[in-house]
Amino acid sequence: MERIRNVALLGNPNSGKSSLFNQLTGLNQKVGNFPGVTVEKKTGICSLNNGEKLKIVDLPGSYSLYPRSLDEYVVFNTLLDKNNPEHPDLAIVIIDASNIKRNLLLFTQVTDLGIPTILVLNMLDVATNRGQRVSPTQIGKSFSTSTISLNARTGQGVELLKKAISKNIISRPTPIFNSSDFENGIEEEIKKNFSIEKDFIARILLIQYENFPGISDEERKLIKDLIRKKKFNPELSQSKEILKRYEIIDKVIHEAVVYNLQKNRNLTEKLDKIFTHRIFGYVIFLGILFLMFQAVFAWAQAPMEFIDYSFSEISVFLKSILSAGVLTNLITEGVIPGIGGVIIFIPQIAILFAFISVLEETGYMSRVVFLTDKIMRRFGLNGKSIVPLISGVACAIPAILATRTIGNWKERLITIFVTPLMSCSARLPVYTILIALVVPEDYLLGFLNIQALALMGLYILGFVMSIISASIVNLVVKAKEKGYFIMELPLYKLPRWKNVGITIYEKSSTFALEAGKIILAISIILWVAASYGPGDKVENAESYVSASLKDGNIDEKDFEAKVDAFKLENSFAGIFGKALEPAIKPLGYDWKIGIALVTSFAAREVFVGTMATIYSIGSEEESTIKSRMAAEINPDTGQAMYTPAVAFSLLVFYAFAMQCMSTLAVVKKETNSWKWPILQLFYMTGLAYLCSLIVYNIFS
Amino acid sequence: MGKRSVADLNPGESGIIKGFSDNVISLKLMEMGCLPGSTIKMNFAAPLGDPISYYVAGYNLTLRTSEASAILIE
Repeated sequence: MERIRNVALLGNPNSGKSSLFNQLTGLNQKVGNFPGVTVEKKTGICSLNNGEKLKIVDLPGSYSLYPRSLDEYVVFNTLLDKNNPEHPDLAIVIIDASNIKRNLLLFTQVTDLGIPTILVLNMLDVATNRGQRVSPTQIGKSFSTSTISLNARTGQGVELLKKAISKNIISRPTPIFNSSDFENGIEEEIKKNFSIEKDFIARILLIQYENFPGISDEERKLIKDLIRKKKFNPELSQSKEILKRYEIIDKVIHEAVVYNLQKNRNLTEKLDKIFTHRIFGYVIFLGILFLMFQAVFAWAQAPMEFIDYSFSEISVFLKSILSAGVLTNLITEGVIPGIGGVIIFIPQIAILFAFISVLEETGYMSRVVFLTDKIMRRFGLNGKSIVPLISGVACAIPAILATRTIGNWKERLITIFVTPLMSCSARLPVYTILIALVVPEDYLLGFLNIQALALMGLYILGFVMSIISASIVNLVVKAKEKGYFIMELPLYKLPRWKNVGITIYEKSSTFALEAGKIILAISIILWVAASYGPGDKVENAESYVSASLKDGNIDEKDFEAKVDAFKLENSFAGIFGKALEPAIKPLGYDWKIGIALVTSFAAREVFVGTMATIYSIGSEEESTIKSRMAAEINPDTGQAMYTPAVAFSLLVFYAFAMQCMSTLAVVKKETNSWKWPILQLFYMTGLAYLCSLIVYNIFS
Repeated sequence: MGKRSVADLNPGESGIIKGFSDNVISLKLMEMGCLPGSTIKMNFAAPLGDPISYYVAGYNLTLRTSEASAILIE
C-alpha cells in the first residue's frame, strides 16, 4: 500500500488558513499537541476525487521560517526535520492577496527549502475592494510555481486546489533567493560538511545551528568555529536576506499588482474610530462582556437543568432495573453522576466559545487586546490574557487552553497561574447557598439586593485576587525571552459560521475528554471513599443506628437518612474529614465541613450534595439544605454553627482554594512540568487558608 | 533634537524608516514589512496611549511604544 502523502498548510496569521483547513477536511479533524511542546496540532484527512486520501497538517500561523515563538519553532521543526512524522511531501502556502507583500515573504522561504509548493491566493475580493488588482497568473509565472486563486470563506476554488494536488506534477521549485553575493563561501562549506543540497537549508543551519533538529554537539562546535573563522555576523546577514527577499517580492508585485489608490476608504478605518474610541471603546467592550455573562448564566440554565434532570432520571431508572449490589451502586451513584457532572458544563462552554469565536472571526478580539494591553501589562499579563480570564468565569480548563495564543512564555505562564482564581461556574452553587444562609434578603437604598451584591462581590474578589497574584508571580519569575507585542490589526469581517461551529464542537469535546476523564475518576474514587470504611460500621450501619435509638418510633425516611449520615461519618472520607479537623478549626470549620472540602476536590459544586448527605436530609432541595444548615448547632458554643463568620470564611475559602484536579492536570499538560500545578495548588490553597483565617477572626 | 523614532509620530503623520536602534527586534520588524526606506503612518493610539496602530507595507500593525521607539525615522 502506498504511504499517505503529508500536506502542510502554511501561512501568516489571518490569511484564512484555518478556513481553508476546514474547507479541505470538514469535521475529519484531530486536535492534539505537537510532541514535546504545547502548541495545538490540527491534522485532518482530505479525500481527493481520484480516491487518494491526504493527511493535511495545519501548521501554526507564522510570518517567517526563522523561529521566535513556540508556534514558529513547530513550523521550523516540521519543515526542516526529514524524520518528523509530519514532514510534508507537499506544502500549501496560503496568502492574503490584499496584503500581498508581507504574506509573500514566508512563501519565498518555503520555496527555497526545496519542498514542492503550491501558492494559494486568498481574499482576492478584499484586494479588489481595496483597489488592488492582483494577477494570479503573473505571480505564478514570476515565481514559476503552481498558483491557485480561491476563496477560503465560500469554498470557491477549493476543487481546483484539490485537482492540482492530485495531479502530482508539482515539481521541485527553483530557489528564489541567493545569498552568494554577500556570503564569502561559508554556506558552501556547510553544504559540503553536512552534505546538504539546498543553499537555504545550509543557511538556516548556519544561523539556527543551536535549534536545528538532529544536530550533535560536535557538529554545533564545528559550525561555531566556522562562524568565528569567517567572521560571520548572523544578524547582519539575516537583515540583508530580508531586504533581498523583499526586493524580489517588490519586483514581482510591480508586474502582477495594479494599485488604484482612488478607491474607497475602507470600512475598517471607520469601525476602528468607534471600537477603539477612548470612551465608546470601553463601553462597547463592557457591554459585550455583560451580554456574554448574561448568555453564559441565563441561556445555559435551561439545558443545564435538563441535563441534571436527565442524569438523575437515568440513575433512578438503572437502579430500578439492575439487581441491587455493589456494581449497581457504583454505576448509579458513582459513574452516572460523574458523567453528568462533566456534561452539565458543556452548555456554558459552548455558549462562551460561540461568543469568543465570533469575536475572533470578526477581528474584534484584536481590538480588545489592543485596548487592554497597557492595563494588563502593569500586572505582568498581556492584552491577550483577557480572553482566558473571561473564559475562566465558565470553567478554568478551556480558559487555560485559550492561553496558547499568548506568544510570550512568561506572560502565558502568569495567565495560566492566575486564571483558576476567577470564580468558575462550579463555585456558583456553593456561593448561592452560603449567601442565602447568612446574608439577609434586604435592599440597600431600597433597590439594591444585598444578596446579589454579595455574589457580585465574590466575582470581583476573584478577579482582583488574580490581578494581585499576577503581580506577585511577575516579580518572582524571570523572563526567558524578550516579549513582543507586534501584532496585526486585521480587517473587520463577517464571521464564517462553519468556523464558529467547528470551534464550539472542538472546545466542548476537548473539555469533555480532558476534564471528563479526571472528574469521572475522582467521582468514582470519592464514591468508594464515602461508601466504605474500616471495620464493620459502614456495612452494619442499620443495626448501629437502631441500637443507638432509644425508642423505635421513627419513620422510615428519617431512619434511612440517619443511616446514610452514620455511614458517611464512618467511611474513609469521614475519617479523613475528622483527621482534617484540627487544621481547619481555626477557620471555624468542623469535621463535617472537612468532608465537604475533601469531596469538593472532584468538583466544587459537590459541596451542596455532600451537605445534604452529612446532615442526613433525604432531598437535595436547596431550601431544605439551607434550613437544616441554619439549624445546625455548634457543640462547643451551643449557638448556631453557621454564623456569618463561618459562612464568610467558607465563601472566601471556596473563592481562592485550588479544589479542581482537572485544572491541575491541564496545567501540568500545558506547562510540561509538575512544578507549576504543585505551586498553584499550594499557593491558592495557602492563600485561601490565610484569607479565611483573617475573615473568620474579623467577623467572630 | 535627538533621534526621531516612529513613537514620536502624531496621529495621521507619516515618516520614512531610516534604521533601527535595537538589532534583535529589527529583524522581526523587517520581516513584518518595516523596511528601511518605506513609509510608515501612525493611525491611532490605544486610549491609554499605548500600544499604537500604524499603517505599513499595506496593512495595520500594532506596536507597543517601546517597540515603536526602536524604529528610527528621517
